[in-house]
Amino acid sequence: MAAGTLVQGALFTVMVVRAGMLRDASFEHELAQQVERSPRFFLGAPVVLDLRGAGGFDSPDDFSEARTVLRDFTLALVGVQNAQPEQLEAAMASGLASFAPTAAQPARAPAAPPTAAASPPAQKARIVTQPVRSGTQIYAPGADLIVTAAVSPGAELIADGNIHVYNVLRGRALAGANGDADARIFCNRLEAELVSIAGRYLVSDQLPIDQRGHPVQIVLVEDQLTITRI
Amino acid sequence: MAAQVIVVTSGKGGVGKTTTSAAFAAGLALRGHKTVVIDFDVGLRNLDLVMGCERRVVFDFINVINGDANLNQALIKDKRNDNLYIFPTSQTRDKDALKREGVERVLDELKKTFDYIVCDSPAGIEHGAVTALYFADRAIIVTNPEVSSVRDSDRIIGILSSRSRRAERNEPPVDIHLLLTRYDAERVTKGEMLAVEDVKEILSIPLLGVIPESESVLRASNTGTPVVFDPESSAGRAYTDAVARFLGEQREMRFVKPERKGFFRVLFGRA
Repeated sequence: MAAGTLVQGALFTVMVVRAGMLRDASFEHELAQQVERSPRFFLGAPVVLDLRGAGGFDSPDDFSEARTVLRDFTLALVGVQNAQPEQLEAAMASGLASFAPTAAQPARAPAAPPTAAASPPAQKARIVTQPVRSGTQIYAPGADLIVTAAVSPGAELIADGNIHVYNVLRGRALAGANGDADARIFCNRLEAELVSIAGRYLVSDQLPIDQRGHPVQIVLVEDQLTITRI
Repeated sequence: MAAQVIVVTSGKGGVGKTTTSAAFAAGLALRGHKTVVIDFDVGLRNLDLVMGCERRVVFDFINVINGDANLNQALIKDKRNDNLYIFPTSQTRDKDALKREGVERVLDELKKTFDYIVCDSPAGIEHGAVTALYFADRAIIVTNPEVSSVRDSDRIIGILSSRSRRAERNEPPVDIHLLLTRYDAERVTKGEMLAVEDVKEILSIPLLGVIPESESVLRASNTGTPVVFDPESSAGRAYTDAVARFLGEQREMRFVKPERKGFFRVLFGRA
């Protein structure tokens, strides 16, 4: 089994609609115009509802209403982001997925206040402080994964970004899972079963003996996994 | 003191869960705590044999879960110790008969009268094992000093810390202890077995005790006498120590280093 088939990451373009806009009369007008201009682009297009700062939306009814409004414009509501816990619960109850917060999208509707010109916030790394036991799989979508405890044999770490293990790495580590060849793996003690970057992989048997048990970083150089001491 | 539910589990089979459940329950009872040991291995009933009460089983755990019998009808009082009760399971049913709500009701009922409820888990990580650990307050992970057992223990620790009731309710986590069984210090010296330190490092949970490989364990099982009732045996003494540590006492780890065999020991080959 090739490591590349273990995880099939895929990136999609999804429109983000701010919840506040839905209640804005001018938004419907604006949206109607846009859909009219490029109906094919909008036909059945997936939409994520951004609930940042939005009140309400704490019952599944609110979400079915939003879904109906968007469906009128041929848009399909698939999920929410930046939801408060009770909002998330209601969203889940109406079959919506939770999306990780993303960098602020440029506001489309003129009614929306202009967003701050600051650079988008950095994607937060996922931090794990408990031992990662055999049979556990941890995935950090679109982010780095940092583990401060031991990673047992039979455990699997997957990140679209880099993987840092500030302890012994005995399980599997797959960095750059969606194809990022610049991703790296760092660990305090290399005893991994498998390491992979952007689909290129080495199994335990292929790890150089003199690097085993040592603090290393693993980098993809000219399509070859290269292990160096740190 | 609020009653505590203790699960004895391992993932892997044949490592000594039932022996440990029997020895631990008996050890707690000998220390004056009212203790019941429940067989969760539905369909592969063995605890009654190890406890030596197989001829007294009338009703079982599943009968009580289904409401066909009450607790007093099913609980078997141990003949050696007044604080010790055995709750056998059904040999004719299978693990699917373990309904979580029913188990909870029975455990709640037992908590009213007992200090410790020891749950002897089946092997594996499926429904039976998960049901046995779900309500646990404390866990004893029985591990042999070999790689496959250590890996399975690691897996079951992961399940304890993610799928137990305490984990699901975000309560303080299950208090997990490592018990290393069938330990042969001589074979460790020869490099044929994992050492205590290796296992501790991989599993990173506190060590409750090391039980040496001993003939007395097999003898105890076959005669239906929990090994702690045999103060002569090394395994019995090791279990007694482990029970004391479980209750918060400090005791030095014994049986970790190879024993120097005396002249008579060599002559008679006694373990």
